Amino acid sequence: MNNYDVLIIGAGVVGAAIARELTKYKLSVGVIEKEEDVSSGTTKANSGIVHAGYDAEPGTRKARMNVRGAQLIRELSKTLEFDYRQNGSMVLCFREEGLPALRRLYEKGVENGVEELRIVSGDEARELEPALSEKVVAALVAPTAGIVCPFSMNIAFAENAADNGAEFHFLTEAESVEKTAEGYLVKTNNGDYNAKIVVNAAGLYADEIHNMVSERKLHITPRRGEYVLMDREVGGLVNHTIFQLPDERGKGVLVTPTAHGNLLVGPNAEAVGDKEELETTAAGMADIRSRALESVPNVPYNKIITSFAGLRATEDGHEFVIGECDDAPGFFDAAGIESPGLTSSPAIGEYLAEEIAKKLGAEKKENFISTRKGFTKIAKLPPEERAAMIKERPEYGKIVCRCENISEGEILDAIHRTLGAKSMDGIKRRVRQGMGRCQAGFCTPETIDILARELGISPYEVTKNRPGSELLSKEAE
Amino acid sequence: MERHDLVIIGGGPAGLAAAASARRAGIQDILILEREARLGGILNQCIHNGFGLHTFKEELTGPEYSARFIEEVEREHIPYKLNTIVTDVDASRRVSFVNREDGAVTVEAGAIVLAMGCRERPRGALSIPGYRPAGVYTAGTAQKLMNITGFKIGKECVILGSGDIGLIMARRLTLEGAKVKAVAELLPYSGGLKRNIVQCLDDYGIPLLLSHTVTEIHGKERVTGVTISEVDENRRPIPGTETYYSCDTLLLSCGLLPENELSLGAGVPLSRITGGPEVDDSLETGIPGIFACGNVLHVHDLVDFVSEEAGRAGLHAAAFIKGEERKNGSVAAIKTAGGVRYTVPQTVDTVNMEDKVTVRFRVANEYRNKALCLYYDGKPIRRIKKNVLRPGEMEELTLLKSSFRDGPVSEILIALEDQ
Repeated sequence: MNNYDVLIIGAGVVGAAIARELTKYKLSVGVIEKEEDVSSGTTKANSGIVHAGYDAEPGTRKARMNVRGAQLIRELSKTLEFDYRQNGSMVLCFREEGLPALRRLYEKGVENGVEELRIVSGDEARELEPALSEKVVAALVAPTAGIVCPFSMNIAFAENAADNGAEFHFLTEAESVEKTAEGYLVKTNNGDYNAKIVVNAAGLYADEIHNMVSERKLHITPRRGEYVLMDREVGGLVNHTIFQLPDERGKGVLVTPTAHGNLLVGPNAEAVGDKEELETTAAGMADIRSRALESVPNVPYNKIITSFAGLRATEDGHEFVIGECDDAPGFFDAAGIESPGLTSSPAIGEYLAEEIAKKLGAEKKENFISTRKGFTKIAKLPPEERAAMIKERPEYGKIVCRCENISEGEILDAIHRTLGAKSMDGIKRRVRQGMGRCQAGFCTPETIDILARELGISPYEVTKNRPGSELLSKEAE
Repeated sequence: MERHDLVIIGGGPAGLAAAASARRAGIQDILILEREARLGGILNQCIHNGFGLHTFKEELTGPEYSARFIEEVEREHIPYKLNTIVTDVDASRRVSFVNREDGAVTVEAGAIVLAMGCRERPRGALSIPGYRPAGVYTAGTAQKLMNITGFKIGKECVILGSGDIGLIMARRLTLEGAKVKAVAELLPYSGGLKRNIVQCLDDYGIPLLLSHTVTEIHGKERVTGVTISEVDENRRPIPGTETYYSCDTLLLSCGLLPENELSLGAGVPLSRITGGPEVDDSLETGIPGIFACGNVLHVHDLVDFVSEEAGRAGLHAAAFIKGEERKNGSVAAIKTAGGVRYTVPQTVDTVNMEDKVTVRFRVANEYRNKALCLYYDGKPIRRIKKNVLRPGEMEELTLLKSSFRDGPVSEILIALEDQ
């Protein structure tokens, strides 16, 4: 039996943000996660955008959380050392008829408290971004928008939460949630958990968890978005995140640099039947590619290094469901977190933690550890510093990932620090090993050896992510 | 700053042959920089035989072939560093590298030989739709796992791409007890050597599906199967031809890409067609003192030609170091036509060239009953009957210095014409 003041279901960016905020209070916090690592659901596959906040309807929860979240991300990226860049965004308008809609975005932004917004002409837009199409007639420029590495942020929140006492339980899936006298009993495949408060941050499955305790049912439809990613060599084609003004076809496809300097194109939006339906499709990839060319005619698709798909947790009401459940006291939802969910995550954490602390009468800690040391990128250090680090620890001098210049020392760090990586994907999301142009072709053999050695397992047990994703032949041993 | 006369980036067959040749030409101060834990490069994992027919008149395995060159490097005490990755090369021939013992170091080089080899085109660059499970490997990575570390990587396998590596791995997997269900090939012909099709597929009853490709990968955590479809003359999948093959492993042998990230950083001009540096007949790139050879220059089929090419690169690098720069030359550009995709070298100094220069090239398609024609500034010089030409088999043409004695030539044309 595991007893906590607060039990959070889900260690995606929202669950981790809530966990971190809760550890500011004198509360025991537990997080259960059905996959083997944090950031394994929607958080691992999305656009990585920190929205400025002009898109959400003023007065809505989405709008408030978006603007507050964007501000928090700017601050926390420094204290928690995750990858964020304030590169600004542009929404492109291709037809005169679209100008009123563009203006409406501007007005919404102003009402939501977004600063420095302005509308520019097509020529001005092309001056800012020479790669833009001739067909752009006007654009909304939002200098406060940014790009973030979503898993870097998730890992930062989770590590900081753990450093402050939160306990994470992986490969632990909630099977039932029942009201008890003291709070809730959550039964999982890994035993029972008791908590005064349960937080539902279960992403795509948040409706199923919610519906276990509430009569007012939620319904989440997974909506898949596909992306193609290009080599860092062409990551400078545009500086801003380039959006398209939504029209009758839908939301439009973006062209953006990523926080690590790659070029990203996508997503489309397609309702799918299965909450694990993460396949990319030929039609989907062809669609995003052709639509992106409307914004940037010369996107160099010959430099594609990978493609992927993510699933949005779209609730029927299209609004964030955040707060204590009316008919289930002590059960707090953070459900239906679709766009601008990533941006909003720290604000959702802040808001819910305050609510929960109030409910429990919890005091703030004096000794909350508010900073976190990020992952040192040895290759990015000045030569003397790099040489000094290698002298102190020779493993920093053995390059394992050739494309991204990641050393064995960094991989060891990724495995051995708080909530360390237990799989290839875990290492990948922490230090970028395998994210380069050869897509782990060169580094896989050595990384299998390192993981087996450091985790004390057979190489045949080394997985890509969860058990079942063994890299070598499962039957061989 | 530490200085070396010759820095060779890569200790595979190209780097080793270049080093041996430069030493024979009198260069003492050589440094080979190799990223793996041993010299030998990709040959270390090529445990099949067939190497050395031209060089040694013997059929050796990959490690046996590279051992001959490693022995010479050891015998000659040519310095090398292992587990060392070069992180940067600049146009002033400064080379930066990283390893455990030295840390992060930059040295100056009198000359550089680029011998970094090539990498494989990954699934991501092919945009194969589907899930992203474990069990998808490029053929070379699978080969390393199986041959160097001795792992079994899967039980039932499909291979996409009938290039040599895919063919070799079809046999390798079968010999290790896996079932290879099919080799799918996008083109209407195989890209590999004819002898490999016979010895790796036919001999084991493995079907070769020409004009087919993998159109979907199934399996969320580990591969559970692939969908293979036929393609039309434009290489587009034909709807309705989808066939499901259950398997737990997909191997990709879909192209080798010369590994020129360092060359780009140094500002070495690259050919868009080969993906490697543009070189003259001395294998010097557009940056003086930087030479290139082996797979980093263009993808070879036979390591024997790599050794020969690298030997020449080492010789010319040695001449450069000794201050014997070529002067008062006359450079002719080599152009191609009629299905000749590219040549290496791309230019020839017809005054300073060696007596014989081997021009290597590949064709764009399978051709039958053609004539390989050589023209100097439009004047026909030679016509050779070629009954069969394949993209998967590198061809060569020898240019004779004596043929240029009538005066400077600005354009050499190598073209395929009907017989």
